[in-house]
Amino acid sequence: MNNALIIGQYVPGNSLVHKLDPRTKITLIFFFVFIVFLANNVLSYSILTLFALVSMVISRVPIRFIMKGLTPIWFLIVFTFILHIIVTKEGSVWLEIYSFQIYSGGVFQGIAISLRFFLLILVTSLLTLTTTPIEITDAIEDMLHPLKKVKFPVHELALMMSISLRFIPTLMQETDKISKAQASRGVDFRTGSIKDRAKAVVPLLIPLFVSAFKRAEELAMAMEARGYNGGEGRTKLRELKINARDIAVYLLFIAVIAGLLLTRGY
Amino acid sequence: MREKLIEFRNVSFRYREEHPWVLKNCSFEIYEDESIAIIGHNGSGKSTIAKLINGLLFPQEGEILIAGKPVTEETIWDIRKDVGMVFQNPDNQFVGTTVQDDVAFGMENRGIPREDMISRIEDSLTAVGMQEYHLTEPHRLSGGQKQRVAIAGVLAVSPKVLILDEATAMLDPKGRTEIMKTVTQVQAKNNLSLITITHDLHEVVQSNRVIVMNQGEIWDEATPREIFAKKRALREIGLDVPFVAILADELQEQGLVLSKEPLNHEELLEELWTLHSTT
Repeated sequence: MNNALIIGQYVPGNSLVHKLDPRTKITLIFFFVFIVFLANNVLSYSILTLFALVSMVISRVPIRFIMKGLTPIWFLIVFTFILHIIVTKEGSVWLEIYSFQIYSGGVFQGIAISLRFFLLILVTSLLTLTTTPIEITDAIEDMLHPLKKVKFPVHELALMMSISLRFIPTLMQETDKISKAQASRGVDFRTGSIKDRAKAVVPLLIPLFVSAFKRAEELAMAMEARGYNGGEGRTKLRELKINARDIAVYLLFIAVIAGLLLTRGY
Repeated sequence: MREKLIEFRNVSFRYREEHPWVLKNCSFEIYEDESIAIIGHNGSGKSTIAKLINGLLFPQEGEILIAGKPVTEETIWDIRKDVGMVFQNPDNQFVGTTVQDDVAFGMENRGIPREDMISRIEDSLTAVGMQEYHLTEPHRLSGGQKQRVAIAGVLAVSPKVLILDEATAMLDPKGRTEIMKTVTQVQAKNNLSLITITHDLHEVVQSNRVIVMNQGEIWDEATPREIFAKKRALREIGLDVPFVAILADELQEQGLVLSKEPLNHEELLEELWTLHSTT
């Protein structure tokens, strides 16, 4: 049994950030994404960076997990920085190499944009690192609740998400089993050209799909037998609660926004 | 007089018009607090009976009554409150992302208040010996443990009858004994009727009555001991006869006189070592 298997990036913990209501976290991040674009001088950027770094520290998520989340976008951060240095021609000339000039505005702009990227990814990965997928699902269901009025299937969508989450490990175990079974019958997954390897995936995918459909059918029958009859009149075991700490965090965040609006230059 | 809980009146069923009948003119009754085993080879119609009982399928002919109510489109949601089912595949009936979420699923469907749910989850998980696994995810459980959680999920909504539809067929021997033990304990504690659907004669031993299905018809209806005595005929309709029964048969052919048909190793042993004693 694969005990190390964790869906998503969730790092278990008991910090303030972990204990916050997922709706609070999603709301804050939503607004954070907007206010990042309001910052335009050293002081306002410092406030945002401080906020992000403080949240990171109290979450007590090990740095290496956060770094892992940043790996795919390091390239993007560095690339935008270099692009700004080359393209932006504002301010005074700082450095001249042959006919190529680096302007002070380019450096500042480059740092600012890269910092924006960095902060956005840091804060959003903090959400997925401290919140279980099922909590996020519950929060989305709750926050989309008003859409029920326009007949949007909120409950069904949330149930679909939670069932997929539940079956991911099951299907992964099954994939493993099928690939071993096919390998023992001579299917080669590891060598050959990309085209050959892509072809080798077919005998893996077809049994997996067939079995997934069979599972779905049986699951539907079991759900019906247990009285599932749509979202009407259903109660929920998992409950979301806004606590004093959520309100405190909201107030703190409003203070951050106020601070940002006061310090940014117009 | 015990209350009639389930009644089949001349029920016939087929999946499609042009298909052969899966059940042919079946009639039987199951009473409160009774433990029934339905046994038959693959395709004998035994699983169809389970699906007919809680309205997953409807018969073309005949009538099914659960606690006096006929099974129809209108009554199935009430009937499913009384009839709890555990299916064969442990994975494909586990809906929740954790053990407690799965036990809660049936209760959530019935709109049971949250405070109630929490205490009922505790009780039903204790009843199946899984109280330490509240937050465990399904892929970290063995097949037997998953089936115990499924039983807990059924117990949580306190039905009148528990149907095990080949619930042990995909388990290893250890998981199988685990489930049989759990079920016996649970049945003793709650007043619950039990229907065990199986193709394994080992599992009928503890029931009050056995219904043997063959080719969609009721082939016999008797106590486990009476059924065991008909092992030759059972083998002819494609059922595996337990080793003890075959051994008892051979011994009798060799001229030993057994006072009763032994159901398990202990009973046969008892018979054998007291064979020549004179009390």
